[in-house]
Amino acid sequence: MELLTAVLVKNGLITAFLLVGTITALSYWLSNKLSRGVIHGSALAIAIGLLMAYFGGSYTGGSRGLADISIFSGVAVMGGAMLRDFAIVSTAFGADTRALKQAGWVGAFSVVIGVVLSFVVGALVAVAFGYTDAVSITTIGAGAATYIVGPVTGTALGASSEVIALSVGAGLVKSVLVMVGTPLVAKSIGLNNPYSAMVYGGLMGTTSGVAGGLAATDPTLVPYGAMTATFYTGVGCLLAPSLLFFLVRLAV
Amino acid sequence: MVIYGVALLAFCLLTGTLAGDVLGRLLGIEANVGGVGISMLLLLYFTSRARERWQLNELSQSGIAFWSAMYIPIVVAMAAKQNVAGAIESGWLALFAGVLAVVVSFMLTPLLSRIAHNGAHSINDELEEHQ
Repeated sequence: MELLTAVLVKNGLITAFLLVGTITALSYWLSNKLSRGVIHGSALAIAIGLLMAYFGGSYTGGSRGLADISIFSGVAVMGGAMLRDFAIVSTAFGADTRALKQAGWVGAFSVVIGVVLSFVVGALVAVAFGYTDAVSITTIGAGAATYIVGPVTGTALGASSEVIALSVGAGLVKSVLVMVGTPLVAKSIGLNNPYSAMVYGGLMGTTSGVAGGLAATDPTLVPYGAMTATFYTGVGCLLAPSLLFFLVRLAV
Repeated sequence: MVIYGVALLAFCLLTGTLAGDVLGRLLGIEANVGGVGISMLLLLYFTSRARERWQLNELSQSGIAFWSAMYIPIVVAMAAKQNVAGAIESGWLALFAGVLAVVVSFMLTPLLSRIAHNGAHSINDELEEHQ
């Protein structure tokens, strides 16, 4: 047993391949048997991944989900930003450049709208929960954009660490919900073509959320959604501590 | 050679990420601006040119196709390393802010998509008229 654990830990990335393969096989089997393919296998696999992340995180108290359990540490490499971005870029191979050119401006537009919209929603919730100072309201609003925009903004404005933690929490909730929710609402919001995928990526903005949500809905839409989502965090970090903070200060 | 495709992909990602970092630095923010998007545009540029000029052969293409096929498994691993416990335990404020932001963004998607679609069609119409 000791020997087995040692082998699994030492070959972490390979262990992660085996684990994900097993999760995927189980998900496709469940999808066929239980839902007769109504719930897509990959949507189920992502949901199981999130569930395992929850148990891993509550068991170890760490922040990397399942990857904090030493035999599953390779999951952090396989699912880390490096390989994720590598795989996202590869999906552009064979993408329809016409759609990207035609809807480019709406995509850019949707990024700005997406950032402002999420920010306003987050800021209003902060006010509703009794926050009255512009710095805290702005930081929580920024967190509702993504869990990177929140701490970047909070640090720039000198927010308290408690408020920064809240902003990260809001961003995490958003990214998890986008992963789980997208396949469920895809049909009703018309997420079935490159144009709507670009708008969707721009409005949601969370790279992991969009990557997971589109993977579970229709993998051929990934390049279009990822293309716009990748600008979101940058635009958020640009607007939140400057223009948006200024407007919040005027309002309170 | 399979490695040619993989190397091209690596070149695009590194160049794009660098460009995104430089863009962020120029704008005075500590974040990558559009690195992955720029990488994808680079890959599209090289692969469409390669098809005409130096022809990325089938074996080289499979080096890119492999990673494209690994996309979903990587996303599953990504899901498994999310701080889900942190998200759930961060309290009502974070939960409300996150959930409402997603709901509102979902609702706005069809509206903006219609604009995107109509815009694309009117551009098509104009192009056709010019021809």
